[in-house]
Amino acid sequence: MAQVNTEKLKASNKQAGRKIGGTIAIFLVLLIVGLFMLLPIYLTIIMSIKPVEELFIFPPKLYAMRPTLNNFGDMFDALNSNRVPFSRYVFNSIAVTVSVTVLQCIFASMAAFVLAKCKFPGSKAINSIIVIALLYQSNVIYIMQYIVMAKLGLIDNPLALILPSIASPMGLFLMRQSIGQVPDAMIEAAKVDGAGLFRICWQIVMPNQKPALMTLIIFAFQAAWNIQTGTVVFQEQYKTLPTVVTQAASSGLARAGVAMAAAVFMLLPPIIVFMLAQRQVIETMAHSGIKD
Amino acid sequence: MAHIDAENIGKKSKQEERRLMWLSFRQNKACYLMLAPFMIFFIIFTVIPVVMSLPMGFTDFNMAQAPKFIGLSNYTTLFLADKIFVKSIRVTIVFALFTGPFSYVMCFLLAWLINELHPKLKTIFTLIFYAPSMANVYTVWQLIFSGDMNGYINSFLINLGLINSPIQWLTDGNYVLGVTIVVQLWISLGAGFLALRAGFQNIDRSMYEAGAIEGIKTRWQELIYIVIPSMGPQLMFAAVMQIVSSFTAGTVAQNLVGFPSTDYKAHTIMTHAYDYGWVRYEMGYASAICMVLFVAMYLCNKLISKVLSKYMD
Repeated sequence: MAQVNTEKLKASNKQAGRKIGGTIAIFLVLLIVGLFMLLPIYLTIIMSIKPVEELFIFPPKLYAMRPTLNNFGDMFDALNSNRVPFSRYVFNSIAVTVSVTVLQCIFASMAAFVLAKCKFPGSKAINSIIVIALLYQSNVIYIMQYIVMAKLGLIDNPLALILPSIASPMGLFLMRQSIGQVPDAMIEAAKVDGAGLFRICWQIVMPNQKPALMTLIIFAFQAAWNIQTGTVVFQEQYKTLPTVVTQAASSGLARAGVAMAAAVFMLLPPIIVFMLAQRQVIETMAHSGIKD
Repeated sequence: MAHIDAENIGKKSKQEERRLMWLSFRQNKACYLMLAPFMIFFIIFTVIPVVMSLPMGFTDFNMAQAPKFIGLSNYTTLFLADKIFVKSIRVTIVFALFTGPFSYVMCFLLAWLINELHPKLKTIFTLIFYAPSMANVYTVWQLIFSGDMNGYINSFLINLGLINSPIQWLTDGNYVLGVTIVVQLWISLGAGFLALRAGFQNIDRSMYEAGAIEGIKTRWQELIYIVIPSMGPQLMFAAVMQIVSSFTAGTVAQNLVGFPSTDYKAHTIMTHAYDYGWVRYEMGYASAICMVLFVAMYLCNKLISKVLSKYMD
């Protein structure tokens, strides 16, 4: 009897029915699917370090025989040949990415908290407008957005790269879904203690929302990092990295190689942010237990 | 605590009621203030453009002249005279049916399986599955499916002796839709997948512990009785993301199999809208196309949220 109890206690410390064989099987399944998923990215990396003459041999090899960084060199040469120094584009991209990510996360979290946890006139309507905004994809929107931006005097203004991306319905939707899971009792208790909504949001709810917030940071960073200057900003000094890197990728001798190098180069910052944020997401598990 | 409050409200005098109303107004004021920063940008850059674009489907608008109201004629042309549009509906449905549900289930299963692993492996596998949606690597897919012998797939199949001459994956009408679906599936473990991963991390530990005590024995039972019921919001988020990505797909096809694709075999509704909007500058017609797509997506979303909420209760 006592033994059963300790066994139960052991089980309660961990999760139910974990057999090592099952875990290994899961690992193998994920490994096989993962290798398939990774193949195109692996090929991209390999091609970015292949010398020109290796790109077109038959049969195509899955590795580089004489790896070289020439493609990256060509890409940076193309980037440096502009009037504006390369560091300027880096600065522009960092400025745009950081401000969009920070503002998007703060604004979306606050709005999501209010929409998920407070009932007030208009809250229901706003909730459904958010979903409609997500589903309504029309190519006419960009024209209308351009007209609005022109009316606001944002054309050829670097703010045009930041302001339209600050309010992301997707980010709000993500945060709202997650904050909705916070037990009402927790918020009521804080209200009884005399905390205002702002404090409840940032000191009680958000510290428990690390997984969703980190996920939002990944989305926001990735989208902001890829903002192209395109049709709204024309001055060379305001151009962002993706704009000039795309230009560089489409010029040059070994186009495929340079394009691959550009893809690898642009992928690095989002991957670093991803790794940092995911670590936080996964660590959350260990500390949770505040709920209910 | 709540009980006492309820009793008190029953006995409230008029004055007290007014005080409560003022209180609730003040509380709402805090709500509106916290909502404001988001709403200001949302209204300026999303709501206003959307509202301005809604009536465009009823006009003839070539971007050079002011839009001219033409009633329903865009819609009648679409359904009665535009054969390619009808074709694109079929392509979109096939495409959405193959990519939507399949990748939704993949997102969930993979997120769950990853959750069973050691924390270090979790990060690595999540990255591996999410990376394709971060990368913008159509060039590599063009090389993989390239129609000459240098294409990875062709050279692989020739080496195995399965085919004698290279297959034109990107231009042969028999293959273009299939190839597009494969590539779309590859990049489809995106927002929904990550949100589900976050949802798994958010499940309270004590739920598992309680489950173990109450006799849950296997991972499957845990999945069905504990995990899925507490993942409703994330499942809904992933569903909406999946609807958007599978219905509005068009860029993959355009980048991969060219525009227009052979015999319009990979011509989705979104590609059709792109054709009329940005190639022919018939914006009125293009927005009518987008409106049809929106209605379809909206209905699909309603259906899925009904099914999900029924299951969750």
